[in-house]
Amino acid sequence: MNDLTPDRDDRVAKLKGLGCSRKRVEDARFTQGKGNYVDDIKMPDMLHGDFVRSPYAHARVVSIDASAALALDGVVAVLTAKDLEPLGLHWMPTLAGDKQMVLADGKVLFQGQEVAYVVARNRYVAADAVELVEVEYEELEVLVDPFKALQSDVTLREDIAGETSGAHGERRHPNHIFLWEEGDKAATEQVIDSADVVAEEMIYYHRTHPCPLETCGCVASMDKVNGKLTLYGTFQAPHVVRTVASLLSGIEEHNIRVVSPDIGGGFGNKVGVYPGYVCSIVASIVTGKPVKWVEDRMDNLMATAFARDYWMKGRISATKDGKITALEAKVTADHGAFDACADPTKFPAGFFHICTGSYDIPVAYVGVDGVYTNKAPGGVAYRCSFRVTEAAYFIERMIEVLAIELGMDAAELRRINFIREDQFPYQSALGWEYDSGDYHTAWDKALAAVGYDGLRAEQAEQLAAFKRGETRKLMGIGLSFFTEIVGAGPVKNCDILGMGMFDSCEIRIHPTGSAIARLGTISQGQGHATTFAQILASEIGIPADSITIEEGDTDTAPYGLGTYGSRSTPVAGAATALAGRKIRAKAQMIAAYLLEVHDNDVEFDVDRFVVKGAPERFKTMAEIAYAAYHQAIPGVEPGLEAVSYYDPPNMTYPFGAYICVMDVDVDTGEAHIRQVYALDDCGTRINPMVIEGQVHGGLTEAYAIAMAQEMAYDDMGNCKTATLMDFFLPTTWETPHYTTDHTETPSPHHPIGAKGVGESPNVGGVPAFSNAVHDALRPFGLRQLHMPHDHWRIWKAANDLGLHD
Amino acid sequence: MIPAAFEYHRPGDLSSALALLQEHGDDARVIAGGHSLIPMMKLRMAEVPHLIDLQAIDALRGITIEGPRVTLGAMVTQHEVIASDALMAVAPILGEAALQIADPQVRYMGTIGGNLANGDPGNDMPGLMQCLDASFHLEGPEGARSVMAREFYESAYMTARADDEILTAISFTAPRGGYAYEKQKRKIGDYATAAAAVMLTREGSTCAAASIAMTNLSDVPVWSAAAGAVLVGTDVGKDAVKAAVAAALADIDPTEDNRGPVAFKRHVAATIIARAITRAWGRA
Repeated sequence: MNDLTPDRDDRVAKLKGLGCSRKRVEDARFTQGKGNYVDDIKMPDMLHGDFVRSPYAHARVVSIDASAALALDGVVAVLTAKDLEPLGLHWMPTLAGDKQMVLADGKVLFQGQEVAYVVARNRYVAADAVELVEVEYEELEVLVDPFKALQSDVTLREDIAGETSGAHGERRHPNHIFLWEEGDKAATEQVIDSADVVAEEMIYYHRTHPCPLETCGCVASMDKVNGKLTLYGTFQAPHVVRTVASLLSGIEEHNIRVVSPDIGGGFGNKVGVYPGYVCSIVASIVTGKPVKWVEDRMDNLMATAFARDYWMKGRISATKDGKITALEAKVTADHGAFDACADPTKFPAGFFHICTGSYDIPVAYVGVDGVYTNKAPGGVAYRCSFRVTEAAYFIERMIEVLAIELGMDAAELRRINFIREDQFPYQSALGWEYDSGDYHTAWDKALAAVGYDGLRAEQAEQLAAFKRGETRKLMGIGLSFFTEIVGAGPVKNCDILGMGMFDSCEIRIHPTGSAIARLGTISQGQGHATTFAQILASEIGIPADSITIEEGDTDTAPYGLGTYGSRSTPVAGAATALAGRKIRAKAQMIAAYLLEVHDNDVEFDVDRFVVKGAPERFKTMAEIAYAAYHQAIPGVEPGLEAVSYYDPPNMTYPFGAYICVMDVDVDTGEAHIRQVYALDDCGTRINPMVIEGQVHGGLTEAYAIAMAQEMAYDDMGNCKTATLMDFFLPTTWETPHYTTDHTETPSPHHPIGAKGVGESPNVGGVPAFSNAVHDALRPFGLRQLHMPHDHWRIWKAANDLGLHD
Repeated sequence: MIPAAFEYHRPGDLSSALALLQEHGDDARVIAGGHSLIPMMKLRMAEVPHLIDLQAIDALRGITIEGPRVTLGAMVTQHEVIASDALMAVAPILGEAALQIADPQVRYMGTIGGNLANGDPGNDMPGLMQCLDASFHLEGPEGARSVMAREFYESAYMTARADDEILTAISFTAPRGGYAYEKQKRKIGDYATAAAAVMLTREGSTCAAASIAMTNLSDVPVWSAAAGAVLVGTDVGKDAVKAAVAAALADIDPTEDNRGPVAFKRHVAATIIARAITRAWGRA
């Protein structure tokens, strides 16, 4: 047997399957500028659309005069709400059960809102025509503060002013959207009110924006001869877009083809349906010509979906020795002008109720009030599962505040409250069943890796030096332990517009032993073409290099719910493995026939089926594939194909331990990051190099969000951060160095045990960075400082603490 | 982010450029590296029917060092400043400042002349040139003239340059002594929250001459004669630095923006100025 061992290792290596740091096959074209993005699509006679946008955050639209624009040479049409109304398209449904104006219908509700859609022969004329559309506005009182909005006499949404209930129950004020509750309110209050120790804090997770490098856009092309509409776009969920487009337009679904070409980052920004898509489709139907619409950076930041903006009032109680007894979260969620969150239908606050985090908390309550304000709509999951970053930030801040209240080390407080390994599967107080985890091992590994005790000693020395006047820098150690909930999700409780959140894979093995697999997801940089081929390689014994992965064309790919919320590997990855197993089952029958033995007398071995006990008798997958197409096999259909639609039995629960060490300059407010350590447990690791890349990217976003990135508005509702001068997108210069690490606790219910990782670093990273800032200033009495921790806000915190006196 | 239509001119010599400016009057503007003007045009905050590109005018290029006198053509890029060993040998503060402007891609295009002539209070070179007591050379229909950097800036985007004049060159005497250009910014590509240019000359253990200028702390660059005067004759010790900072702060007038409120900017300015003085003294 010994002489066979190296041969088997070679065969495994050749597959480049699970666990291999296979180089990303996408990168050859991306790094050479050969990607094919929406704006690269050019069609004959293509027209270009652009929006007239509102300069005001709240105003009545008195009149729109497009005559000068229409007189400009090259302008084809100017659409307003009046033009869309006969089609019933001046408003559209949102994914959150609300409706949203496609074009301003009588009033505008946020700065940058779409007022009119100009269609012209080229992009330049379109921009000139936008300037020529004269809109008369009558300014109205602006509400930018959600707390004030709930007290105000000003009704933002006059279209639903009289309605006392919405898609998610009762509305108690004209600017109120919903109150969503989970957990046992009375029991939680009772425990907290009689607890030894209670920490209470308002935690704000500020409004920010996913800001993908490629903005949103589409090309709509209506072929009036054959009645088919083709829609190219930056869609994270192309199949859902097809269904929505069919429902809205009345065009039968088989006559709509939606294609997501290469996508330059999504991060949740490209999940929803935007007015630009609707207007482009209408314009193409009206003109019979293809119409392209691509946002510029300001359009993207001002008008397409923002993220976060959660005011989270927390109470957490514990015994004197630090055992947590209850958690309460009362959230005021600023949804902007329309409720256009992209959450599964039954979860208007997403999965925020994962906010008990990694801790065994016996009782908890969450109440989330959604509120309308004069800001852009959205509330999407910016590189996280639905509202999971908010939840993780909330609990990881509450733990820190509780540690202060208890006078206990925050690392130790976490340790004594972790859900133990033997408690999995764990039922949380807010209704989730955590699939697997080993938090103590991960935490101990992380603390040892950074030398936690040594860091605390060094911090104490630096603090003493600060007090002696020898330095103006304080050292902060930011701890974060997070549990995510990803892979939405089980069809029984997860749907988007009624469509269950399963996903799919269809595989065709070619006669010569290579293959193509198509999935219902769509990569936006995640590297699906690389990693899904690896899953399949290990399942069916065909090298990953011989497998093409294709996504994003609804005419060819099986129906799926798309890529967001780290759902691709947990759901479509599972479908891929299971479809692969169907291939293997048929291959086994073919192999047995070829080897002239019973089906059960052959077994799969890397890239072949071998006769049990006689490894020299085998048929490789290539031989089997050839036979499937070239040989009559009794009782077996020709061909070798399979399809799987996977409805996950549960979510997956990746977790991790992140630690950030920084120095905070109290005079300039600058924070210098010394070290970022990130340990991720995403279950089975498909491609360590892709994981590391994902972690680096997500940490960089987390760094940006925690330290400077925000969507800020003044009192008039003017967006103050609509360019990359003021909206922070880190370059290599600002980006810290990262150390990555891992433990591996497979998901028990996923076919290959994988949990998803793309969003973990954003979820876990933000509290790590933020807690480090807090930790630096904690010795002087800081309990809570709202993000982003940019220079002036850190300076102000230091100033408020008397550090400049 | 699409500019309105404009005519593009690319004259090959200065007189042609001046003639075009004359011909089109208020409808014309010259463009150097374009890193301020083009974004303004794309935002349609500036409408320029006739854009006169100075790139093809060789006379506006080149770095000349004759004895102690340094002359920079207005079209010298930030990158050329950084890459010039000869210039770095006689005036290293230029490189230290230029390296803190934007990013390499911008520095390949962005010019000294554009940075100086635009009159944006966020630009770094104006304060530096005031620190160096540079002269700006202008040419217009009436001929050539020179204006001192310290007298060039009137208010934001308003300078002593007439609309029909072109900034052709900058000259200054190579500085002696220690130098520092200290800048705090939020990120690469940002304008300064506060920045300071400091030149100090040492004789024995005392400061013989001092020049201190600041960036983005008023609607014009600020050269603080008082701050420099405070340092002269001192050992540039803790108290002297403190007094110089106090004098400099009396000359600034920052405004609140996304970088922060006025109190913060004044505090940062104090820190930055003190650091610049200390670093310059260490090199003197």
